[in-house]
Amino acid sequence: MSTLAVRRRRSALRTLAFLSPWLIGFSVFFAYPLISTLYFSLMRYDGFNTPEFRGLDNWTYVFSDYPMFWPALWNTLWLVLVMVTCRVVFGLGVGLLITKIKTGAGVFRTLFYLPYLAPPVAATLAFVFLLNPGTGPVNSILDGMGLPTPGWFTDADWSKPALTALALWGVGDLMVIFMAALLDVPKEQYEAAELDGTSAWQRFRYVTLPNISPIVLFAVVTGVIQTMQYYTQPLVAGKVASGVIGGSGQHFEPGYPDKSTLTLPQLVYNLGFQRFDYGGACVVALVLFALAMAFTALLMRRRGGLLQAGD
Amino acid sequence: MTQVLERPVELGPVGEAVRIARRRALLEWIAVHALGVAAALFFTLPFVFVVLTSLMSDEQALTRDLVPDTWQWDNYRRVLDTPGFLTWWRNTLLYAGLGTVLTVVSSLPVAYALAKFRFRGRNLSLMLVIAMMMLPPQVVIIPMYLFWAKQLDLSGTLWPLIIPMAFGDAFSIFLLRQFLLTIPNEYLDAARVDGCGELRTMLRVVVPMAKPGIAAVALFQFFYAWNDYFGPQIYASENPGAWTLSYGLESFKGAHHTDWNLTMAATVLVMAPVILVFFFAQKAFVEGVTLTGVKG
Repeated sequence: MSTLAVRRRRSALRTLAFLSPWLIGFSVFFAYPLISTLYFSLMRYDGFNTPEFRGLDNWTYVFSDYPMFWPALWNTLWLVLVMVTCRVVFGLGVGLLITKIKTGAGVFRTLFYLPYLAPPVAATLAFVFLLNPGTGPVNSILDGMGLPTPGWFTDADWSKPALTALALWGVGDLMVIFMAALLDVPKEQYEAAELDGTSAWQRFRYVTLPNISPIVLFAVVTGVIQTMQYYTQPLVAGKVASGVIGGSGQHFEPGYPDKSTLTLPQLVYNLGFQRFDYGGACVVALVLFALAMAFTALLMRRRGGLLQAGD
Repeated sequence: MTQVLERPVELGPVGEAVRIARRRALLEWIAVHALGVAAALFFTLPFVFVVLTSLMSDEQALTRDLVPDTWQWDNYRRVLDTPGFLTWWRNTLLYAGLGTVLTVVSSLPVAYALAKFRFRGRNLSLMLVIAMMMLPPQVVIIPMYLFWAKQLDLSGTLWPLIIPMAFGDAFSIFLLRQFLLTIPNEYLDAARVDGCGELRTMLRVVVPMAKPGIAAVALFQFFYAWNDYFGPQIYASENPGAWTLSYGLESFKGAHHTDWNLTMAATVLVMAPVILVFFFAQKAFVEGVTLTGVKG
C-alpha cells in the first residue's frame, strides 16, 4: 500500500474520531427517533398495549377530528404575523436607539438586555402577575389613567397580545444582533447621504436598511422557527392564569382561555402525555418537523453565509 | 429637521450655521435620551413591580397597592423553607453544571473537525447539525420518552436530559465552529509542523485561542438547562425529588394560589442567579449572541 493511501485512511479515521460524539448523538437522538416517529404515526399505541397498524387513521384524526389542531395552527400563524413582526421592528428600533445614545450607553444596553435572560417560566409568571386583571399593576395604572382594563391572559382576545408583550420585553437578543449590524454600516455612506441633504428617514431607508437587510431576514426566519417551538410561555401562562395547577390530580387542558394560547408543541404533549395517543402525537410532531425544516431550508438558502467554507 | 439641515448652506455667516448645528445636536441628544429612558422604564419596571410585590405582606399582596407598607424580607426565607425548594436548586445545578461540562467537552472536537478538517461530507454534516439545531425537541419526544422511560427505566430522573449532552449539542457545535473559523489556520499549521497531532493541536493551540467562544457556549448551555421547562416536565414531573427550579416554580404558584408575594419572591430567586452570572460574564455572552447572527 502506498504511503498516500495510508495517510488518507489515517486522516479519515482521525476525522471520524473527532466527529464520533456527534455521530452517535445524531443517530441515537435524531435519526432513530425521527424514523420511529414516522413509524408510530401509522400505529395505534398508548404506551401499554402492543402497537397496532392503523394506516393513516391518526392523520385523518388529527386533521379532521382533533379539536385542538386548527386552533393551534391559527395561533401559530397569528404569532408569526404579529409577534415576529413586532419583535423584529421593536428590536431594530431599540438597536437603533442604543447606537444613538451617547451618555450612559453601557447602562442602557445592559438594562435593555436583561429581560431576555429572565428564565421563561419566571418571566411568564411575572407577566401573569403584572397583567392580572384584578390586582395587577398594569391594570391598576391603566385604570388610574381612565383607560380600559383588558383581561389579558384570562381573555381569549387578549392572551396573544399579552404573550406578544412578554416577547417584546425579552427582545434583547435581537437588539444585540441589530446593534452589531448597524455599527457595521460604512460611515462614509451616511456622510455622503448627509452631504446630499437627505432626511433622517431617507438615510434610514436608502442607506441603513439595504445594509442590514440580511440581518433583518435572519431575524425574521429565526423568529418564525422560534415560533414553531413556542411552548413554555403559552403553556405556563395558560396554566397559571386558569388557576388549574398544583395538585397532581388536576388536569390542565392546554390553551386557556378558550384554546387561544395553543401552539403545535403543546399538542404533542396533550396527545402523547395527557391522552396517551402516541400515534396522534407523532402526526403533530411530523407536521412540526416539516414546518421547522421548511423554514430552516429557507434560512440556509437565502443566507449562504451559514454554510460558508471553513477556509 | 430637513429644513434646518439644508438652510445653513445658503446662509452666509458661518457662526450662525455652527450655532444651529449645535442646537440641533442638543435637541437630538434630548430626544434620544428621553426615548432611552422610556425604553429603560419598559424593560425595568416589570422587575421593579415583581420585587416590590415580593416584599409585601400576605394581606397587602391581595390589594392593588404598588409599594409595600412594611418590607417583608421574611418572605424570601419562607420560600427557601418551602419543602423541595432547595432540592430543586440542587437538581438545577446538577443539570446545568454537569450538562454544560459534558456539552463543551463533546462538542468541541466536532466543531474543530467541521471548522478545520477537509473531508468528504463536511457540508452535509454541517447541514445536519443546523437541522438538528432547528428541530423542536417535541418532534422526537415520543420515541425518546419510550426509550428512556420504558427501555432504560430512567423516568423520574434528570438523566435522560443530561446523558445526551455527552454526545454533542447541535447549537454548541455550530456556535463553536463559527468561532473556530476566525482562528487563522497558520497557527494550526505551525503546531503541526512542530509535530503536534490534531488532538494536541486542538488542546494546546485552539482551546486557549477559543476561550471566548467556549465561554459563550458554556453560558448558553448553562442558561438553556436552567431555563428548560419541557425536559423536566416530560421526564421528572412524576417525581418532585427530581424537579428543577423552572419546573418547580410553576407548581409553587399552584400551592400558593393567591400569595403573589411568595410567588414573586420565588420568581426573583429563580431569576437572580442567571442575572448574576450574566454580570460576571457579560462580554462573553454578548459576543456569543452576536456570533449566532452576524458572523454566520
